[in-house]
Amino acid sequence: MPFRWNPELTMQDVTPEEYFLERRRLMKQAALVGAGAVLGLNPLTALGGESQDDTATPYEKATHYNNFYELGTGKDDPAANADKLLISPWSVIIDGAVTKPGKVSLEELLKPHAIEERVYRLRCVETWSMVIPWQGFPLRDLLRRFDPLGNAKYVAFETLLDPQHLPGQTRKILDWPYREGLRMDEAMHPLTIIATGMYGRSLPNQNGAPLRLVVPWKYGFKSIKSIVRITLTEQQPLTSWNQMASEEYGFYANVNPLVPHPRWDQESERRIGEFRRRPTLIFNGYGDHVAGLYAHMDLSRNF
Amino acid sequence: MIAASRFLFVVGLLPLAWLTYAAWQDLLGANPIERAIRFCGDWALWWLLLTLSVRPLRRVPGLTELIRVRRMLGLFSFFYATLHVMGYVALDRYFDWESTVRDLLKRPYITVGALSFLLLLPLAITSTYGYMKRLGRYWGRLHRLVYISAAFAVVHYWLMVKADHLQPALHGVVLTMLMVWRIPAWKITMRNKTPPF
Ligand code: HEM
Repeated sequence: MPFRWNPELTMQDVTPEEYFLERRRLMKQAALVGAGAVLGLNPLTALGGESQDDTATPYEKATHYNNFYELGTGKDDPAANADKLLISPWSVIIDGAVTKPGKVSLEELLKPHAIEERVYRLRCVETWSMVIPWQGFPLRDLLRRFDPLGNAKYVAFETLLDPQHLPGQTRKILDWPYREGLRMDEAMHPLTIIATGMYGRSLPNQNGAPLRLVVPWKYGFKSIKSIVRITLTEQQPLTSWNQMASEEYGFYANVNPLVPHPRWDQESERRIGEFRRRPTLIFNGYGDHVAGLYAHMDLSRNF
Repeated sequence: MIAASRFLFVVGLLPLAWLTYAAWQDLLGANPIERAIRFCGDWALWWLLLTLSVRPLRRVPGLTELIRVRRMLGLFSFFYATLHVMGYVALDRYFDWESTVRDLLKRPYITVGALSFLLLLPLAITSTYGYMKRLGRYWGRLHRLVYISAAFAVVHYWLMVKADHLQPALHGVVLTMLMVWRIPAWKITMRNKTPPF
């Protein structure tokens, strides 16, 4: 059977803008039905109905509720400081265990790739979630261009380091630059993409312009933003949150309701825009496609 | 002074008024429930720190009468703490008591917040003149729990934060300063073996 990368979500699931606006108006009218409506949330779920649909998160919310500590640690800081991230010119270094290492400009890097639409759930370790229509291409197509060597077991990523402009990097909140990593099979998985846009527009700076990783079955912090370096390695690379608190954030960080975090119970999540929490799905609902990658691993230890 | 306390009463309700308005007008951002819960937690802690500032501020000429509004400051802290906790129970746990209890035991920052709230409770109850008279010198001793409650509140904030501890640290510095200021007075009372207050 051919691999189907996106069985559940299509552009059909993206709520058109007029509908958001209409819903907003209705929500106001429904205010009497409960606190949920007063708080501007989906009135259907405010009434207690568990809606399990995956409607795309309104663009406004997906771009004004971000974790991008380089641009500030408050949820609305990245949007407010978005212009401090300078994205042109941009180039990416690809090195390590590849036959053809090098530094490529953004244009060169993107040129051969056809941009596709991927509507993915995004689950943050802080127990909120969104649904985002990304534009991008499979990471594996990019990696193959540089011809990984046989000893390449992992892929390491780095975000831009620019403390002169990025306000968050003036303090040592994390050990800058931000680093993330994937095992080779995870990186080569067809669900793993490099995104260059969302909602049919170019990627806003606060969402990780000009290019970011999206790994939909892992907690959001794995999907590193504003990438400047991709290194293929033999050893498992250091990753920022794992370095900061390894007992809290594992290298794998697969969405898993059965592995609690000391700060957040991972059993449920709040879909942005909804009133009631919904149960969290193992592998963020992508288990059919990715569970096999971890078939012989104890996920409560390799969290 | 009556005018001043009336004024303070209105000021104390302003944050709640803003929150209500902002909720109605959809100004609370993408995650309004989180924003509302945090807003009330912030105000609970600020009123608490203000309450603890009364003692040093009274030394400022012209501010001696501040002591008369201290109770109201403390009660506003309790008021916003109650809204904060109710917000959590209603909008985060949806009155699911089983999951609330599990949460209280499982997540350290929630446990510490609950301890902070638990300590505020007897203080709010015994804040009346009647209790003040009935408890006599024990009233002051009982109300020293406020220091522990405030410390727990700061720890609660600290543990909640993922990486950027600047905010809870600043609150901790303010609390520490307010405590250090009291040391000389405590030393004297220790020497005299009479309870402070
Ligand atoms: C049973 C008692 C309590 C519970 C269940 C509780 C729960 C919470 C929750 C769920 C949050 C927000 C976490 C998030 O959004 O990720 C929070 C934050 C906070 N709480 Fe509490 N809390 C309690 C008691 C208190 C008390 C008594 C105070 C102060 C006197 C307090 C002060 C704060 C502060 C300052 C924050 C951080 C707000 C911010 O981030 O701006 N909490 N608490």
